[in-house]
Amino acid sequence: MADINITVGFEGQTEALTVQVPEGEPRPWDAKSQLACVGQRVPRIDARAKVTGQAKYTYDIALPGMLEACVARCPLPSARLRSVDMSRARAVPGVKAVWAEKPGKRMVFAGQEFAAVAAVSKDVAEDALRLIKADFTPLPFVVDMDKARAPGAPAVYPRSFKSAVEADDNGLRHNVLKHNTVTLAEGESAHEVERALAESDIVHEATFRTQVQTHAALEPHGSVVRWDGDHLTVWTSTQATFGVRDQLAALFDIPKAKVRVLCDYMGGGFGAKFSAGHWSVIAAHLARDARAPVKLMLGRHEEHVCTGNRPSTEIRLRVGAKHDGTLIALYSQSFGVPGIGSGSGATGAPAREIYRSKHRVEESDVVTNSGPAASFRAPGHPQGCFALEQAMDELAEKLAMDPVALRRKNLKNSVQVAELDRAVAHAKAWSVRQPPEAKRGSKRRGVGLACGVWYKWASTGVQVQIDVYDDGRVEVWNGAQDIGTGTRTVIAQTAAEELCLPIEAIHVRIGDTALPIGPGSGGSMTATSIVPAVRATAYKVRARMTALAARKLGAALDELELADGRFYVTNDIARGLTWKQVAASIGADKLSEMGRRAEEYQSFRERTGGVQIAEVEVDVDLGQVRVLRVTAVHDCGRVLNPLLAESQVKGGVIQGVSYALFENRVLDGNVGRMVNADLESYKIAFAGDCPEIDVVLFDVSNGGNNAGVIGLGESPTVPTAAAIANAVANAIGVRIRELPITPDRVLAALRGQRRS
Amino acid sequence: MRPFEYVIARSSEQALAALAERGDGFAKGGGVDLLDRLKTGWTGAGALVHIRTVPGWDRIEVGPGGLWLGPTVTLAQLAGDVRVQSAYPALAQAAGSAANPHVRNVATVAGNLCQRPRCWYFRSAEFTCMKKGGATCFAAKGENKYHAIFGGGPSYIVHPSTLATVLVAENAELELARAGGRARTVPIGEFFTLPRVDYERENVLQPGELIVGIRVKAPAPGRKSVFVAAKERNGYDWPLGEVAVVLDMRGDVCTAARVVLGAAAPIPWRAQGAEAALSGRRVDELAARTAGVAAVEGALPLGQNEYKVPLFERLVARAVMAAAGGKA
Repeated sequence: MADINITVGFEGQTEALTVQVPEGEPRPWDAKSQLACVGQRVPRIDARAKVTGQAKYTYDIALPGMLEACVARCPLPSARLRSVDMSRARAVPGVKAVWAEKPGKRMVFAGQEFAAVAAVSKDVAEDALRLIKADFTPLPFVVDMDKARAPGAPAVYPRSFKSAVEADDNGLRHNVLKHNTVTLAEGESAHEVERALAESDIVHEATFRTQVQTHAALEPHGSVVRWDGDHLTVWTSTQATFGVRDQLAALFDIPKAKVRVLCDYMGGGFGAKFSAGHWSVIAAHLARDARAPVKLMLGRHEEHVCTGNRPSTEIRLRVGAKHDGTLIALYSQSFGVPGIGSGSGATGAPAREIYRSKHRVEESDVVTNSGPAASFRAPGHPQGCFALEQAMDELAEKLAMDPVALRRKNLKNSVQVAELDRAVAHAKAWSVRQPPEAKRGSKRRGVGLACGVWYKWASTGVQVQIDVYDDGRVEVWNGAQDIGTGTRTVIAQTAAEELCLPIEAIHVRIGDTALPIGPGSGGSMTATSIVPAVRATAYKVRARMTALAARKLGAALDELELADGRFYVTNDIARGLTWKQVAASIGADKLSEMGRRAEEYQSFRERTGGVQIAEVEVDVDLGQVRVLRVTAVHDCGRVLNPLLAESQVKGGVIQGVSYALFENRVLDGNVGRMVNADLESYKIAFAGDCPEIDVVLFDVSNGGNNAGVIGLGESPTVPTAAAIANAVANAIGVRIRELPITPDRVLAALRGQRRS
Repeated sequence: MRPFEYVIARSSEQALAALAERGDGFAKGGGVDLLDRLKTGWTGAGALVHIRTVPGWDRIEVGPGGLWLGPTVTLAQLAGDVRVQSAYPALAQAAGSAANPHVRNVATVAGNLCQRPRCWYFRSAEFTCMKKGGATCFAAKGENKYHAIFGGGPSYIVHPSTLATVLVAENAELELARAGGRARTVPIGEFFTLPRVDYERENVLQPGELIVGIRVKAPAPGRKSVFVAAKERNGYDWPLGEVAVVLDMRGDVCTAARVVLGAAAPIPWRAQGAEAALSGRRVDELAARTAGVAAVEGALPLGQNEYKVPLFERLVARAVMAAAGGKA
């Protein structure tokens, strides 16, 4: 460990920080570092491969002799599988293997898998699927949250199945699972928040509801599985190559060294692609039985019903403040519906994380007979922000205070205060914001603002290997996947920076568990985990190459510099060798170094965040909301590549607009099935629905790791829906506390306003 | 998908004969709706008869007698035709409003009129609703946000054709033909059928029968027509509501009015109350609002579509004002 002083902070507000840097690590980049490649607008190095179709996704994999598989799914939301007869399906010419659950299996949602067929083509497999004869005994079910938590509701899980399910005194509330009951600021008792609320000058209370959003990634879930003896090779659309490897090794009881998972390119994840999934497991069973590779890609309907979703929530929020706007208490009670899953999101997190206040957070799951929830881009936060940031605006109204002033007074993080100021200065519409009473006509504009936070997480076991061949070629290897954020590019930029080479000289291989271990792409930590490992490894490579150069030049190590691909003696610039010349003296095929991601050390901030301002236009006759512009100010430590970072922010905002206005899984309460499991009536924002997006990246020199990097995958989608909701309230003078904000809700709200 | 025979028709006779010979054949124009249904598996076709190859069926004729559209004129063709835009603006507006550019480039006018409903129960392979031989309309007491507020029962679909809304307002006539049978001309108002008459179908087409032409009379002097739609998304989306208004104006007085609501009922729905409220009146904002109120009289919303009542009320008022030259 070495103590190193670095400069951290942002925009002139910098300070000194002493960090303890592990042995062998380079000096961290800080506010004073002048970088050549990192921080530049470098286009994605795989852009050409993607737009020319050269990039191969799991969907594109075609192996010799490969079969295609389809899955049969339970049509009932709750049932027992009485019998399943695969004989007619098996007899279809071209069918090579079948799989089925054993009779007696309890089915807990419509869409649960119970049988599968592998055949020479998808068409044959689909035809065979229709010939499966399955008998189900229907059982009572519940898909609605209010019904599920009512006394006497059908139990989604038998008691024995899920021991954690809590019963109330009458033993009737089968489906409510209380977890994460209380989270308090340090040293505070549960009663203190109640007392603080009682002592507040003003208490605002409101209840908010959010819908189920499905991930709807462009590339569906799916795998291609091949057995070679007891070696398993799996191409899969995943956010966690190594996670899938470990899961399959455990399931099939083989050493993980005998499982290889590949994901060269993947078409979107958003949090639902961490596990091997039943598709990989079924494909592996079928492939073993058929003695042939099997491809199992799910269809759009399956994507909606059984691969995960953002859970719906009901959040009751109580906010207490002094007359001067000082927050005293935040009390969040939320129920979320994870379907047959669990963990319906840390919806209380924004109430804990954004503002200084005593707080109490209660989060409960209400299980129902519907497809399981999964983590989804900033789990819990868009929901929690939708509630909190609207409640803050409402509180500001009650206090007759400017919503910006109220937030400024209470924000925890000085970076976020600066972002708030920047957002307000940047969004012209904010300065001319009018109260709703001032608005006339059928199309009314409104402006709204919201804050959000996210975390600084990293996977510190990550390893990177860099090889320098004797012809000078540099290969950087890490087995993690790129879920679309530009991982290859930031790896290449980091290596190019440390090795003083042009980015074209760096060749990156990722997405393969035969390579050194990489992180799962969750919690916004892919770049945060890999980039410091790349730099640490490149630093070692640079040292070895410098030593080689010194020997060849007959110079001392500290006399040598490396710049623009050339080693030279500092006081005799003409004496030097190119990278290639030095590489030629490696004396072996290649020089190889393995480095790892060090533990995170002292940093300026432990959180990231953002502020967004939305401008909307509401047609008060027809109820339609259009988002005209979103100003999005976000920080992510050091901005590695503004092009990629802006792209992340835009994607997050668009997904947030879509969540705020359109997306909604509709389950028929009478039969318990999803009715809009397609991309026609499950509505996602199209180009015409996307606002102008002004991205303002807020560069923060943060320490913490050798690159000062923090992820940006999730934060940009957190405040969008809340900002839009606040803008709608500003436009029409009535608040909509339920997502999505569709014309029927707008018209109902306006009608209610006129009545009152 | 089941295998099927693919027939390419080179003449109208061939097309009609091919359909007559094959009881389980379907005429295929753009194939947009048909392909969707084939993929879900509940529409089984033994043969698809491709009719976009029939010479002359893609013609748009505009003359002193009026407008004639061949059955395979595409929505894009119709929307982009300057003659149609000037004489039948609502029709061009509707053609340009439906679906998205990709679909409009292949979807045909006859296909648009004959497409099956978009009801999510009807479209889902998992629901055997009454229109597919089952016993229930799942929408009646189910998820019916997008369903009918007029003319419903026992099925509550809304008719999906955007063009039909305007063509009914324009009082168009449809030329129907089948092999060996007599060609007939049906006023479009008699073409669509309510579920209480026959809930398994949406129109009076006989097996093997095709729309072979659409006729619209030339507009009387002073005629104004407008089409407006309300959607959730700003572009490609099925409408929450559509309104076509055709007004015959003398000065600022309306001598005759046709007001038709789309996505309101299982057929294009004539708002006769609104028509009566406008005929013989000076068209101003008050008249437009009165027409809007009259248009939704007698609406019977279901559990989740009450919003359609104020929505149609204002959509009609907007369309009337726009037709009369006011601000929409």
